[in-house]
Amino acid sequence: MRIETPAAQCGPFAHDQVSIPRTMGLVMLALLPATLFGLWQFGWPAIWLFLATIVGALLAEIISLFIAGKPIKPDLSDGTALLTGWLLAMTLPPWAPWWIGVVGGLLAIVIAKQIFGGVGQNLFNPAMVARVALLIAFPVEMTRFVTPTPLFSAAAPGPVDSLAITFGGQGFDAFSGATVLGQVRMALGQGETLTTILPELYTPLASAAGTVAGSLGETSALLLLCGGLFLLYRRVITWHIPVSLLGSIAVLATLMHLLDPAHYAGPLYHLVSGATLLGAFFIATDPVTSPVSARGQLIFGAGCGVLIYVIRTWAGYPEGVAFAVLLMNACAPLIDHYVKPRIYGRDRRGQPLEYASDTETRR
Amino acid sequence: MLCVLCAFAVPITAVSPVMKHQTAALSSNDVPNTGHDSLIQRISMGLTRLLNGHKTFDHGIYPIEHKELTAGKPIRRLPFADELIIPLQQHKGRASLPMVKVGQEVVRGEPIAVADQFVSVPMHAPATGIIRAISLTTTAEGPKAPAIILKVYHAASQQVLYGSEQDIEQMDAQAIIQAVQDAGLVGLGGGAFPSHVKLQPPPGCEIQTLLVNGCECEPYLTCDHRIMLEQTELLLRGIRIALRATGAQRAIIGVEDNKLDAVSHLRARIPAHLPITVEAVQTKYPQGAEKMLITALLGMEVPAGGLPAEIGVAVFNVGTLAQMGELVPQGRGLIERVVTVSGPAVKNPGNFLVPIGTPVRFLLDQVGLNGPLGQVILGGPMMGMAVASLDVPVTKSVSGVVALEPEDPTLARRQVYPCIKCGECLKACPVSLNPSMLGELAVAREYGVMAEQFNLDQCFECGCCAFVCPSNIPLTQYFRIAKSINRDAQRREAAKHH
Repeated sequence: MRIETPAAQCGPFAHDQVSIPRTMGLVMLALLPATLFGLWQFGWPAIWLFLATIVGALLAEIISLFIAGKPIKPDLSDGTALLTGWLLAMTLPPWAPWWIGVVGGLLAIVIAKQIFGGVGQNLFNPAMVARVALLIAFPVEMTRFVTPTPLFSAAAPGPVDSLAITFGGQGFDAFSGATVLGQVRMALGQGETLTTILPELYTPLASAAGTVAGSLGETSALLLLCGGLFLLYRRVITWHIPVSLLGSIAVLATLMHLLDPAHYAGPLYHLVSGATLLGAFFIATDPVTSPVSARGQLIFGAGCGVLIYVIRTWAGYPEGVAFAVLLMNACAPLIDHYVKPRIYGRDRRGQPLEYASDTETRR
Repeated sequence: MLCVLCAFAVPITAVSPVMKHQTAALSSNDVPNTGHDSLIQRISMGLTRLLNGHKTFDHGIYPIEHKELTAGKPIRRLPFADELIIPLQQHKGRASLPMVKVGQEVVRGEPIAVADQFVSVPMHAPATGIIRAISLTTTAEGPKAPAIILKVYHAASQQVLYGSEQDIEQMDAQAIIQAVQDAGLVGLGGGAFPSHVKLQPPPGCEIQTLLVNGCECEPYLTCDHRIMLEQTELLLRGIRIALRATGAQRAIIGVEDNKLDAVSHLRARIPAHLPITVEAVQTKYPQGAEKMLITALLGMEVPAGGLPAEIGVAVFNVGTLAQMGELVPQGRGLIERVVTVSGPAVKNPGNFLVPIGTPVRFLLDQVGLNGPLGQVILGGPMMGMAVASLDVPVTKSVSGVVALEPEDPTLARRQVYPCIKCGECLKACPVSLNPSMLGELAVAREYGVMAEQFNLDQCFECGCCAFVCPSNIPLTQYFRIAKSINRDAQRREAAKHH
């Protein structure tokens, strides 16, 4: 019998059922409930903006790949550009004009990702770079929020009216609202105390469910938490960053609240408001821009949490997730350099282990 | 605090295929004496075992086992091939020196090559026949190497007539070590390190514990499983010989908990007066690696760059010890071994007693194929080598021949994406290296930095990092190349100084 073998390949001849498109798909699946809720709650203008942002991101990716002479189809189908656009859209004010989304998509992909060399090479989280750039360049559009007007409700604009809002630049002052974080911050700035303002502005239940004014996909803390737990369950992310991020916010908030309840809100307020949960489970956990080791991730998450609290409480902006994540992104290589796992057979300083003679005789 | 968190995080994050085996083999009598361990250590060990079942090491992976193909197949003997190819270098150390001439007739079991110094072993004729040639032949490793080619006399009775009975109870350690070398015994688990060298620890070291490796963590392979079930007496005799030679006080047989039948089988047959225990360990790759088994069973780590003997441990594969138990008392040499022949392309997979030197082509002929053949791997799919030619022989270290189909999903060309630093490889690496960083450095050809700053030399090429990589980066291959380039550079450097 004549048996032919193909040229020998290199091992291992087994591979886990994992790939980058699959990982990105799982993240999108986890984002889906909160996204659908946001789109439903803020209606057609939000849907148009969501689409505009994603189209912007994908176009930017195609153009960048074309200019760089890279294969377009395989690199586009890894799903990273789609996810970047999606995440960016979730953090935008839901009724922002279309060009906010498109410019954001371009910034995220071209400036934050492709200029660094594409997938895996970027130092900063692309969606957060775009969000911060937009916030600084277009402060008016980026801080104009609306009160929820769910799809099919009487007050909600239809698809065609919404085109005028998203693409026509039509104002929507009648629907204007402000985020809880923003309102509380402003009221505190005017010398009021939390005991008087919080009961009017904030109910934990509404903030957890997400029926409040806010960014497109950030409002529903509960759905984001479900998505995050799904990612943990599917082992796409590990617990280190979310737990240390949320934990450090909770500890700081509790401490400050106990010291001065009139000016510092409790931990639950910080956990369910703004982008905390989106940041903890979906933004800070971006593998490319976070440390690789478990201990490094704990430090990174805690750093993000502390910065979020500090920016929200004492800095000039009511929300600080994007700034905090970017600042910690810059620290990630440093953390990776100093925080390395202990290697088998070596101690923490990298020297070969030495067993005392009594260890030997004991065995 | 962190410790507790970790302990609780494990069952959530680790998908554990061993859960179904958890109940058995947790009896307290097989716990080694940890009387002097601190209370915290004992509590944490107890917690880990409560949550995870059996002992294990940190990190590692759970590949699909595929062991059901052959686990129930008893060891069978195969006919002799027409021609056997016996490479002179089947082991670590110096190649054997041939002591036969072309045209000479040899009897099965007769020595045909002698050991060249201490770290080397002799070779024995695997069949009665005539030496046809001593020449270069293809090897699984790649380069051609000298081998003795033996034409088998099919009419011969193939009885082993060589050897003289020895009473191991009367032999001292040195005599046993000499007898083990004379038997040509090497690590049959795949390491192929001469066994007698491991029996004689370097000066200043003393072996206290003998670990018997019955983990067999590679997918597909079941030969060690069958040996534990079918050659129990030989295995126990081999353990007693090794205990005698090393002076170790106790032996622990470590078996992965996907083979609990072997655990209870062995426990039932170990005489009470012998200091031998059997311990189930978690089914996790690479549990069968020497260092990982030591960590799992004894909670100690082999110091970097050191030997297990430095912490008082010697590790032997069950197949090696079963052969030791068979060969040393009879004064015979190693001429055959148990090989698992399996894989999706094989029609009748099974465990076979194969004469050393049998060509892989002959083996596959005997078991039959389902259709066209893809890669043929010597050893298991994780650490084994794909052969470029089916004319390579089964050597002493080949524990399995795995034949894949051409369209096997594990052979599909996967698109390689850039590293996204997801850290999966860090969570998989059993020696806690940073394969992600090593991979980036390999692409940048910074081979020196890899070795000096990122401990490349401690990588033992288990393949876990490449297995889990979502970007499909061939990390293990990168590391093999880097190591070989570093070795060449060192050799050049050494030559310059002379």
